[in-house]
Amino acid sequence: MQMLNAIIRSDRDGILVPVPQYPLYSAAISLFGGSLVPYYLEEEANWGLDFANIRQTVTEARSKGITVRAMVIINPGNPTGQCLSEGTIRELLSFCYRENLVLLADEVYQQNIYQDERPFISARKVLFDMGPPTSREVQLVSFHTVSKGYWGECGQRGGYFEMTNLPPKTVDEIYKVASIALSPNVPGQIFMGLMVNPPKPGDISYMKYAAESKAILESLRRRAHIMTDGFNNCRNVVCNFTEGAMYSFPQIRLPQRAIDAAQSAGKAADVFYCLKLLEATGISTVPGSGFGQKEGVFHLRTTILPAEEDMPAIMSSFKKFNDSFMDQYDGYGGGGSSYSRM
Amino acid sequence: MAAPAVAVDNLNPKVLKCEYAVRGEVVMHAQRLQQQLQTQPGSLPFDEILYCNIGNPQSLGQQPITFFREVLALCDHPCLLEREETKSLFSADAISRATNILASIPGRATGAYSHSQGIKGLRDAIAAGITARDGFPANADDIFLTDGASPGVHMMMQLLIRNEKDGIFCPIPQYPLYSASIALHGGALVPYYLDESTGWGLEVSDLKKQLEDARSKGIDVRALVVINPGNPTGQVLAEENQRDIVKFCKNEGLVLLADEVYQENIYVDNKKFNSFKKIARSMGYNEEDLTLVSFQSVSKGYYGECGKRGGYMEITGFSAPVREQIYKVASVNLCSNITGQILASLVMNAPKVGDASYASYKAEKDGILQSLARRAKALEDAFNNLEGITCNKAEGAMYLFPQIRLPRKAIEAAKAAKKAPDAFYALRLLETTGIVVVPGSGFGQVPGTWHIRCTILPQEEKIPAIISHFKAFHESFMAKYRD
Repeated sequence: MQMLNAIIRSDRDGILVPVPQYPLYSAAISLFGGSLVPYYLEEEANWGLDFANIRQTVTEARSKGITVRAMVIINPGNPTGQCLSEGTIRELLSFCYRENLVLLADEVYQQNIYQDERPFISARKVLFDMGPPTSREVQLVSFHTVSKGYWGECGQRGGYFEMTNLPPKTVDEIYKVASIALSPNVPGQIFMGLMVNPPKPGDISYMKYAAESKAILESLRRRAHIMTDGFNNCRNVVCNFTEGAMYSFPQIRLPQRAIDAAQSAGKAADVFYCLKLLEATGISTVPGSGFGQKEGVFHLRTTILPAEEDMPAIMSSFKKFNDSFMDQYDGYGGGGSSYSRM
Repeated sequence: MAAPAVAVDNLNPKVLKCEYAVRGEVVMHAQRLQQQLQTQPGSLPFDEILYCNIGNPQSLGQQPITFFREVLALCDHPCLLEREETKSLFSADAISRATNILASIPGRATGAYSHSQGIKGLRDAIAAGITARDGFPANADDIFLTDGASPGVHMMMQLLIRNEKDGIFCPIPQYPLYSASIALHGGALVPYYLDESTGWGLEVSDLKKQLEDARSKGIDVRALVVINPGNPTGQVLAEENQRDIVKFCKNEGLVLLADEVYQENIYVDNKKFNSFKKIARSMGYNEEDLTLVSFQSVSKGYYGECGKRGGYMEITGFSAPVREQIYKVASVNLCSNITGQILASLVMNAPKVGDASYASYKAEKDGILQSLARRAKALEDAFNNLEGITCNKAEGAMYLFPQIRLPRKAIEAAKAAKKAPDAFYALRLLETTGIVVVPGSGFGQVPGTWHIRCTILPQEEKIPAIISHFKAFHESFMAKYRD
């Protein structure tokens, strides 16, 4: 919030935000009177970035008189969970260099990685590895928190942002605004210190700490698989694997009659589906429209956080609901029904 | 590559415009000098920096209240409640309070995001505390727990200010959170001057005049900020005065923003704290008559838990759709920190007669408040004994705001150094004695008058030395610049 408030002067200032995105970004841009410039993640390419598309988006925004100031990247993604490769991060940084954008790297899920092909690599590390002039000129702000990872200390409200290559006078202004709030809460600061400096081999608490954190992460990894597979076993549901973060974001191909029913009920189609899901099963999810998605494509976001022993029951409860929902709205068997398109 | 993507020349102008003197220029210079003392001991005419710029009691040695910290420790590490040894290390009422608090938190998870207004059970406790304090009922649904009182103030400014034609009435002098927040949200600060000659009194006739003046300039005045007890001025409003303010807000359709964070810092026997809610309700005004937001914090009082960032605002008189909007904005930040939430509930529901911790809690509380009262008096007298300085009594809060009649030569020297005269004085004071105060211009003052704000918080045993160093500095300053 502090960074966006510092950057946005008016609605002529645009911020590139991935779609789907964690709605803090859209809310903050709206509150500060800026313009959200969306760039779509490609679902069929594992929620990848398409730089040709992004360049196009920037050109269009500029032609409308928008000054694109910054680019938000969420890695690992929320709600999408994808983990960026080093190559992609390099491309991102080169893009920001060429287009003169500050990169806002939301890396709060950096400790939530559930595959081995793409371990987390920070934008800062890649930036420095790229050497000058990029490493000296690209402006980067990296965000971290104690709320995620394997600590999950959401209630402490601890986190930090690290600025790279921002000019000293700009840092002074950011400091000035920060000083109005006096200071972040001290317990949150302490947690942050512990998080970046956990017990090490040889420390008395090391064994317990290692066992606790390992257990949590391994369980999250198993739950990521259970959920992805569970969703993919359902009719009209396609789900990318949760490579990282804490969410599953399945695409629900809603039949036209469901979309019509939603419209009559005055609700977006995915909101309609999620409400029905809630009423039938007690499972509370967030409709994809809360995060942004391509026109006519519907998703829901669920966390992978329910207890592992509850997962099978949850997935079967979902399947049962989804089957009966599709039976109800999918026409009578085979031909004649149309689905929401990819 | 072209000019940097983000630089001062393309930052949000509202950010560039706002200021916050409490941690401004003088303080930053003090921090540099403090570093110098570490790297080059003996290089300055003093041994230590004495931070009298900020209401941060624990940074100057004030101890936290034992009972509060016991409850927090148990809530942070609940497995302690299952251990036998705990009974010998923690007081029985701290154990039972922590047990009750944990029972009100889903899953006893103090690390989880809570409801965006704060944990319901804690809000219930706070509502009960407000009711007991005022004698009028408070509702848990009206309470929003925040990280200190400041975020609540920002939320209100964000809600009320649409553009630069929306004005917010602020006392001058004021705590610069208000001017900064108004600037950040692009609104207009409409000043009303407190009268130094009458103990920083507030005249409704003056309010009326300023209101008409603002309206004639096309400003839509939306709210009135009152800080009671005052900061930096320390006055406690008389009931009569409070009733006039309430009536004024009701008649003019202004939201009353009542900053009451110093409600437990009162040093005179002839005044007591009355919340604006209590005053309004006792006048027969209810939610239809007056829109009122009351702010409280865990940073002040006798608890001084500034670093925990705990506080709340109690909102009454807003319509349901507006309340939904307030809730929506609160939810963007998810929730305030849980430690601060717990502290707020403890502050509003402290140990009572008969509780196991009561005697030691009362002793700690009285010790702190009585010491604050003594320090306030000692510093007030000291200031009043200096040439050209007059200082109103600190009836409450944590500050003294003496007026310094600066001689013409000093004002000219300040101008030559491109500093406001009170900033010039404060910098000279710092460089000579290591004492850090905030120049009055940071708070606003009648043009042509100069003040400094000095806290009453340094440890009691240091006060005599502070007074004598200040006196020596002031006498030499006046000798140099006297007309």
